[in-house]
Amino acid sequence: MKRAFEPLREAWKEGGSMDRVRLEKKVLSENDRIAAELRDRFREHGMLCLNFISSPGAGKTTLLEQTLARFTPGERVAVLTGDVQTDNDARRIARFGFPVKQITTGGACHLDARMIERALSDWRLEDFDLLLIENVGNLVCPASYDLGEAAKIVVLSVTEGDDKPLKYPAIFFRAELLILSKTDLLPHVPFGMEAACENARRVHPEIEILEVSATVGTGMETWLEWLEARRRQAQSAAPTPAASRTEPAV
Amino acid sequence: MHELSIANSILEAARAEAARRPGVRLVKVGVRVGELSGVEPDALSFSFEALVRGSDLEPLTLEIETSPRRQRCSLCGRIFRVVDFNLFCPDCGALESRCISGGELEMVYLEIEEPHAAPAP
Repeated sequence: MKRAFEPLREAWKEGGSMDRVRLEKKVLSENDRIAAELRDRFREHGMLCLNFISSPGAGKTTLLEQTLARFTPGERVAVLTGDVQTDNDARRIARFGFPVKQITTGGACHLDARMIERALSDWRLEDFDLLLIENVGNLVCPASYDLGEAAKIVVLSVTEGDDKPLKYPAIFFRAELLILSKTDLLPHVPFGMEAACENARRVHPEIEILEVSATVGTGMETWLEWLEARRRQAQSAAPTPAASRTEPAV
Repeated sequence: MHELSIANSILEAARAEAARRPGVRLVKVGVRVGELSGVEPDALSFSFEALVRGSDLEPLTLEIETSPRRQRCSLCGRIFRVVDFNLFCPDCGALESRCISGGELEMVYLEIEEPHAAPAP
């Protein structure tokens, strides 16, 4: 693989001239533009948006279910859940009574900002102060796409290898929080908790780490405290937090 | 395999550039891929070639430059390349540094062939 671009060979041929135009723009600049618009809208409404990323089966949906189960009815929470096919996750999450929408990507291995924009188009953002986005189960591709979230959260289950952060550094580099899930299974699997944390910090020294078993409930309280702290932070960052709640329907 | 969507984004951007320069032919596009970008250069080249083949942009080619992870030491200011996730500063040994490259996914240049005015006799 090339380390540096080859210099332009000034080629004159068949009456034409070669030129090199410098672009220096992000490949995903269109996605980033939409994500920045979404981020502005979330900020305007004092809304915390979190993007959950993991490999398939790491327990994102169970973590969300158990999180929603601990919210009081009427809390201003909404969920978007992405999958290649089926609306199974949306149906699982809908049981908790909060608005949920399934984004079926039809083959795409990640969510992008436009999918989020579309999914939100018939929701009033002023009705929510927390948006949880469950990305498509994939530890690689979703890392490249900004969805306008305040933070990416990577979920790694103890049934996976503790060297995953080194194998898939992009997502651990970008995630603010690592949730080590299914910790109730630790006695049955050869997962090195310390090794996993050390590997994650080798990739991203500042990453925060929580250990959670959503099924048993261990660590859920600490996770909810993290969530509430970030939620309050988002609310206080909004320009007019009080006004946005009483805004009349348009 | 999000490299296919990324290759498509590159082609869309190249088309937009071409539209601003009527008459030119696109020859090559240069893209910088950081080692922390989560994008696999080989898969990106493969996807790019597959999309260009048989399209209006043929024979546009892709040149990829890889960008390693570099950190700047917060204590002594030394810029160093990170090998095997070793984040210790090679000069002062500190573990406090900021990442300054490696996450890029950028279109750096576009090589175009411009119709040349006939040389004066």
